[in-house]
Amino acid sequence: MRAEDLLCQTSHGLCCRPAGVHIDPTKPVEKALITHGHSDHARAGHGAVMATPETLRIMALRYGADFTKSQQPVEYGEVVEIGGGVQASLHPAGHVFGSAQILLEWKGFRAVISGDYKRERDPTCAPFQPVPCDLFITEATFGLPVFRHPPARDEVAKLLDSVELFPERSHLIGAYSLGKAQRVMALLREAGWERPIYLHGAMVKLTEFYLSEGAPLGEVRPVIATERKNLDGEIVLCPPSALQDLWSRKFPDPVAAMASGWMRVRARARQNGAELPLVISDHADWDDLQRTVLETGAEEIWVTHGAEEALVHWCHQQGLMAKPLHLVGYGEEEGEPAPGLGEEAAAQ
Amino acid sequence: MNRFAALLDRLSYEPRRNAKIRLMADYFREVPDPERGYALAALTGSLSFRHAKPNMIRSLIAERTDPYLFALSRDFVGDTAETAALMWPVEHRANYVPPLSEIVEGLHETTKADLPNRIAGWLDALDETGRWALLKIITGSLRIGASARLAKTAVASLGGVEPDEIELVWAGVRLPYEDLFAWVEGRGPRPENTDPAPFRPPMLATAIEDTANWREALKPEDFAAEWKWDGIRVQAVAGRDPEGHLVPRLYSRTGEDVSEAFPDVLGALNFEGAIDGELLILREGRVQSFNVLQQRLNRKTITPKLTTEYPAHIRAYDLLVDGTEDIRPLPLTERRARLEALISRIANPVIDLSPQVPFADWPELAAKRGDPASGGAGVDSDAVEGLMLKRRDAPYVPGRPKGPWFKWKRDPFNVDAVLMYAQRGSGKRSSFYSDYTFGVWRMVDGTEELIPVGKAYSGMTDEELARIDRFVRKNTINRFGPVREVTHEPDEGLVLEVAFEGLNRSTRHRSGVAMRFPRISRIRWDKPPREADRIEHLEALLREATA
Repeated sequence: MRAEDLLCQTSHGLCCRPAGVHIDPTKPVEKALITHGHSDHARAGHGAVMATPETLRIMALRYGADFTKSQQPVEYGEVVEIGGGVQASLHPAGHVFGSAQILLEWKGFRAVISGDYKRERDPTCAPFQPVPCDLFITEATFGLPVFRHPPARDEVAKLLDSVELFPERSHLIGAYSLGKAQRVMALLREAGWERPIYLHGAMVKLTEFYLSEGAPLGEVRPVIATERKNLDGEIVLCPPSALQDLWSRKFPDPVAAMASGWMRVRARARQNGAELPLVISDHADWDDLQRTVLETGAEEIWVTHGAEEALVHWCHQQGLMAKPLHLVGYGEEEGEPAPGLGEEAAAQ
Repeated sequence: MNRFAALLDRLSYEPRRNAKIRLMADYFREVPDPERGYALAALTGSLSFRHAKPNMIRSLIAERTDPYLFALSRDFVGDTAETAALMWPVEHRANYVPPLSEIVEGLHETTKADLPNRIAGWLDALDETGRWALLKIITGSLRIGASARLAKTAVASLGGVEPDEIELVWAGVRLPYEDLFAWVEGRGPRPENTDPAPFRPPMLATAIEDTANWREALKPEDFAAEWKWDGIRVQAVAGRDPEGHLVPRLYSRTGEDVSEAFPDVLGALNFEGAIDGELLILREGRVQSFNVLQQRLNRKTITPKLTTEYPAHIRAYDLLVDGTEDIRPLPLTERRARLEALISRIANPVIDLSPQVPFADWPELAAKRGDPASGGAGVDSDAVEGLMLKRRDAPYVPGRPKGPWFKWKRDPFNVDAVLMYAQRGSGKRSSFYSDYTFGVWRMVDGTEELIPVGKAYSGMTDEELARIDRFVRKNTINRFGPVREVTHEPDEGLVLEVAFEGLNRSTRHRSGVAMRFPRISRIRWDKPPREADRIEHLEALLREATA
């Protein structure tokens, strides 16, 4: 059999043909399997959604309880029949809270769809687990050899150095409101930052959700508009787009920091108006993409959203079958946008 | 080196001019001689190395990386040095991080054969930021948004010295600039500028359109007007060395000594002084087009045939030094009188005076700008790029001060063309699709098709750029490496209004025409591609231009 008999591309995204299930579909479908709660992967309006209980809760939080007609929570490691003789199970992807890789087994053939993933430790989600398979469909958001993420704690140390150096200024950190923001908060706590962390309004709901799920984020406070001028020496988290807003100018001489893997590249950091770029990413870097591909033992690799060409080229050099999947809807359009264009753009 | 790399890194992210000056001044205060002098040389672009060249970096990184992966990465990062710094596979050796001075001296002294190993050793010892800084120094383009002028301003701020004072002594000071720092910090005498024919930073104009309501805000009687010639701005300087020999030099507007390329002009510099003017090609007294001037530029060897066929000429705008007297503080009217006297004394056809354009009010001047041929430029009107307006009472100030000088360019040509291909930009606009190839319609064998007529990289605001970028990504129909082909059908595609300064016949372009300075003037989201211009329109413009 061929991998293409199990998985194909439709106008709605990647589809498991024998089961009639789409994975992270970009348009409403009958049956969807969702890897994680970021809005380009988890959309509202499907007939039935299967995902981790955490991801389903995130979707309900973002879109309302009626985001789909039918929900089926699946715990990590639990195996479910999804029709057509296909068995599916979910495995931690280490990307954000609740994020999962999807393993599909069919006639003895194993295919893993990675979703978005990272290998670096993250106190706010379960760590990535390599899943042996025949076909590995990997993301490649940072699939270029210029992306070698430094340890996140070093970047947080850089931020705290700056806070110490400029005690009269507010430090505003642009970070995606689901996952990245909470990871930065948890890392700040690990680094010994004990003051309250201030939140832009757009971050409050998801952060409270993380807290209710037991994330170690410490005391958080929403920013009160009239008190912005008093937040000298404080750390404030906001969506990346807010750094450019009028909203950010009411803080005392704010330092615009941005937490994103794209901050590794100067032109990107500047396009975002970052004065203090923090290279903190929720995606695998070049070395980890390679390591992961090898650890799965897969002989066939499909590469999606990001710099597909580079990783495909490397796979070929390793003697692996590999091809790019130009999935529309996320992939290139969302994973490698010109940043500064919106929150989703800097989510990576 | 780490301290200097950290400075470059901070500068590269600091948008505020004053903060940049403060960062550099802090560095100069903290770091002792001679190390800080090396930093000043790097910041002012005064370093150049005989053997260490961008090519050497390229081969160093090429030996260590996959060429395809490097090309993809370079395309994404938009900067070769930064790409190499990020991709460099570190071999951990001794972790001694050399100071900047040692690196610069090493780059000067090391033989060509040993240099690659030496540089590789430094790259292994440095981190990403350090590697980036080192490669920037070697490639000679820091691109950190801090000009040489800003670095000198930072030095000036160490003491109570005006930045222009630094400019005046600059030609007389050398690496590591200990005498300069000593003077600025009040510990030593003012360094002597010993160059008999030094370059003086030119005065530049701002676009008059950038001044709101300028027709009401500016009084015609305060200004003198002259033609803005479409050539190359130069400074022709001659002075006597200690032995009394006259030393003539020709400088480009950036201070590059271009004397060797223009022996025919140099021979005419038999006076003491400094003239600000335009370099042109004149044949039988007529100014030739910029296209003709280009034939003369960038030639490695200057043959008598070349100087006969393309005789260079200086059209004088201003006088900075008269004899040995620096007359830049004098008002324009007095400098102009001195210039007229000097030109008639020189009495050499290679140097003439750029005439002033008399006018009583703005409408009269606008009419002359619209029709330079009858406005006084006569047969040379094709070489007129527009008008310069200069305040009669203004001194000659280096840099681009707002107010004393304005340029008022002629209306450019316009064409509506269809976006066909897009490529990612470099530098600030890397990763945006910012370089566009556009075409106009033509009929071939009964079928309408688009023929590419040019490429433009500029003219858009950042918002427009972002919007076109999204359009390109959504409408890609083909990819050729870094180039994307974009939908360009009669009813589907994007029309760009392209402005350009002139049109030349070209055998290198399939369309047979080449545009000068094309740029995007408007994005016609409203216009279907079928309504874009046709090649016949450009051919008509070309006939007009060459008629």
